[in-house]
Amino acid sequence: MNAIIISALWGVVMMFGGVFFKKSSTPKNWAIAGIILLLAANIWEFFGYQIFKVDTRGMLGFDKFGLEFNAICFGSTLLYFLLNDREIEKVGEHVSEYFALIFFILCGVSICSSFNTLLMLFLGIEIMSIPSYILTGSDKRNLKSNEASLKYFLMGAFSTGLMLMGIALIFGGNTLGSFYINMIALGTGKMPVMIAAGLVLMVVSLSFKVSAAPFHFWAADVYDGAPTVFTSFMATIVKLAGFVAFIRLFRVSFGIIQEQWQMLIAVITAATLLIGNLTAVFQQSVKRMLAYSSIAHAGFMMFALFALNDTAREGLLLYALSYSIATMGMFAVLVKMNDYTIEGFNGLYKYQPVLACTATVFLLSLTGIPLTAGFASKFYMLLAALRDGHQVWLVILAVICAAISAIYYFRVIQAMFFKEPSGGGIHELDVTSGFKFLLIVSAAILIIAGILPSLVVDWLYF
Amino acid sequence: MLGTYFTFPELLLWVPLLTGMLIFFIKDAKAVKTFAFFSTLITLAISVTSLFYTDVVHHPEYFAYNNVSYVWMPYLGSSFSVGLDGMGFILTFLTAFTFPVIMAATHKRDYPNANVYYGLLLLTQAGITGVFVATDALVFYFFWELALIPMYFLCSRWGEEFRIRVTFKFFVYTFVSSLLMLIGIIYIYLHTPPVSNLSDHSFFIKAFYNASLTTGEQDGLFWLFFIAFAVKMPIFPFHSWQPDLYEQSPDSSVMVLSGLMVKMGIFGMLRWLLPVFPDAVGHYQTFIIILCITGILYASSIAYVQSDLKRIVAWSSIAHIGLMGAAIFARNSTSLSGVMLEMFNHGVNIIALWIVVDIVEKKTGIRKIADLGGLAVKSPALSIFFLVIVLANIGLPLTNGFVSEFLMFTGVFEYNKYLAAFSCISMIISAAYMLNVMQKVFFGVPNAATEKVTAISTRQKLVLSIVVITILILGIYPEPLLHLTQGSVYEILQKIK
Repeated sequence: MNAIIISALWGVVMMFGGVFFKKSSTPKNWAIAGIILLLAANIWEFFGYQIFKVDTRGMLGFDKFGLEFNAICFGSTLLYFLLNDREIEKVGEHVSEYFALIFFILCGVSICSSFNTLLMLFLGIEIMSIPSYILTGSDKRNLKSNEASLKYFLMGAFSTGLMLMGIALIFGGNTLGSFYINMIALGTGKMPVMIAAGLVLMVVSLSFKVSAAPFHFWAADVYDGAPTVFTSFMATIVKLAGFVAFIRLFRVSFGIIQEQWQMLIAVITAATLLIGNLTAVFQQSVKRMLAYSSIAHAGFMMFALFALNDTAREGLLLYALSYSIATMGMFAVLVKMNDYTIEGFNGLYKYQPVLACTATVFLLSLTGIPLTAGFASKFYMLLAALRDGHQVWLVILAVICAAISAIYYFRVIQAMFFKEPSGGGIHELDVTSGFKFLLIVSAAILIIAGILPSLVVDWLYF
Repeated sequence: MLGTYFTFPELLLWVPLLTGMLIFFIKDAKAVKTFAFFSTLITLAISVTSLFYTDVVHHPEYFAYNNVSYVWMPYLGSSFSVGLDGMGFILTFLTAFTFPVIMAATHKRDYPNANVYYGLLLLTQAGITGVFVATDALVFYFFWELALIPMYFLCSRWGEEFRIRVTFKFFVYTFVSSLLMLIGIIYIYLHTPPVSNLSDHSFFIKAFYNASLTTGEQDGLFWLFFIAFAVKMPIFPFHSWQPDLYEQSPDSSVMVLSGLMVKMGIFGMLRWLLPVFPDAVGHYQTFIIILCITGILYASSIAYVQSDLKRIVAWSSIAHIGLMGAAIFARNSTSLSGVMLEMFNHGVNIIALWIVVDIVEKKTGIRKIADLGGLAVKSPALSIFFLVIVLANIGLPLTNGFVSEFLMFTGVFEYNKYLAAFSCISMIISAAYMLNVMQKVFFGVPNAATEKVTAISTRQKLVLSIVVITILILGIYPEPLLHLTQGSVYEILQKIK
């Protein structure tokens, strides 16, 4: 509860603050203060202290998993703010509003990780999506940004409609006539037609939110068109929250009839992995490559939904940490580059060794090399899927896709280390020592979580 | 202190790991080399000391010095367990022994960014040692991959013209195959009995040996593991990365690659494949021995027609590895102790070959054997050393190669005499191409290319004589190493019902 209220309040504060803030650096400082407050309040709640006691009639429920997920999201957002503060200021004039929108997204994230009724799910997803549409179009003079925003909005509105239809069908189909996700009494028999139709619609709309194939078509264009700083946020936090909502709903409501829909999820997972990885191989722009790689990672995260056991939940938390920090770090490096193509990275090691080395850690983590958190999270996902034990072919497909992902991630590593800088010259990059320090911190977090994944996972059981 | 605070396998790991990380921060190239060399010497000293603590049968307290287990991920049933048995001693000693030799042999070379080069080299050493000491499947997998990453950077940064493409091919081959092995590891893990009450299953090696797998499961999982190890060794038909990579890699990296990294694959087969899948190995052993022998004949024939020195050594290495593969799958006590001995001998011999090839290349700038000649006149010492190394490589009596190859042939013969007969042809071909190299490069009249070659330096003589003395000693008296293999061979054979 702490997180929902504080993030919403702070969003409003930032929104109105835009009028009063005189100095250009003020919004940034307020935002950083806000996110620290948010993180602290969330951790406070994790240990059982609620600042706000609101009677939600059980429509919201806070458990360790959701709260730890929130903590990971807020922590990475803090890192994101610190890494990207100057870049956010460069996007446009309404800096304060961008921060406000991000706080609203975080409010949606907190709802997605704690809803107990289908209505709250809908609310959370919408609170999260609408600011994302705006952020995508925040670079108002850039046509690509406008196009992306419109595309995102139209597709998003469509999927929202499907979700509403699905909710209606599930509401109508269950015998108790309830919106509460734990009261959709299904029994173990074959599910009724209305529930089945509702379930398929929910799968479609949530797959859209997490950019799982075949509902991924918006993702590449939107991530490519949006200002790079915001792409980095949307490809990580917003997507992860979608997954958490997905899992929470399916675990509580439909876990009992897992066999009946598991094949559907398996097919979506396989398609997402294949499409994301194979398309990413052919990208010349690193930004677009990362967009497709985020689709590929969605495929890996779908394993959590596929398996739906405790290992899968642990794996999703690890994935949230490793994927969001690695992707945000990689985007933070990318924003500083003058040229977004792979050739733009040529010889980076020669003139910015710290950037090149930390970017290598991020890329290795995304590839899933041991000693990085990326490996630990992939390992947990594979373990969860094999523990479930039904579809071994899917696991084999996944590791082959992980190997394919090495091709495009290592292309950037090869460019940074083994090629000469383009034009022969040394490029001036707008990089401060504080920025470098933060990159090193992010890389260190990835390595520590990679060596000791239990540091992240075991909190679930305290 | 020993056994209470630190154990041998840990020390063998931490020394190269920590010095490797420290060395990145040293700027001066000369200091870097000295530091790296001393680090490898310390590791060697530890390894030599550890050899005196091997007799676990008569001194059970030695067990505590050689095995250790730390809590790592208790809820998954994985702990950081490392330990040394006879085979582990041989291989860690090989690693510890060859690294100072490699460092000394390439001491004069100046690499740009020496600190990064030597740092990565030491990290590779740590990774390789980790594979040899791991007694937990997850720890094994960690080090298996970790050895690869520094090697990837070494070869693609300091190698020759086509280094990036070639190294990446190597990387993709091993990465795909080891991910498949990861699936295998997880699958077996889910069928292991619990070791502690914190988790249902365990990654511990003994739990893997006792995993309850049906014959059908074994047959499937066998291939997941086999391909990972076969790619690393490499066994025909998984070898296509190897000759290119050996040709394009920088000198000391290729020594590590061919002398030590391929041993990871052989070691993996002995430590994990044979004991975990005894039934599946029984099903496929003839097929795989045929693959190996095809590889031997194929690689030897290709080595015979190569003109590039480095490629000859590379192909001859595939032939030797093929023989080791055949001996592994013959799976009797003679062949297995032969393989364990040959792992050491092959490591020493091939590194010796690379040292000579490197000297020849640096002195003349040529690797084509047809363009060389008369080096025996110009540098008699080098030619004598090379002769001994060549003979060891062919497997002539009194050299180390003879003992181990004899054991392996006998072992394959015990399994099937026709297969053994085919594999013996390789000895003839290898004599043909190795002596051909000897003749073309060292004998004859010096030509324009070799006219200006000078005799080798004292340091080079020293390095080569250490290697040659090792070759001779182990050829005459292999007993100490053979003795070490007994326990490990017994443990593997015990699993065959």
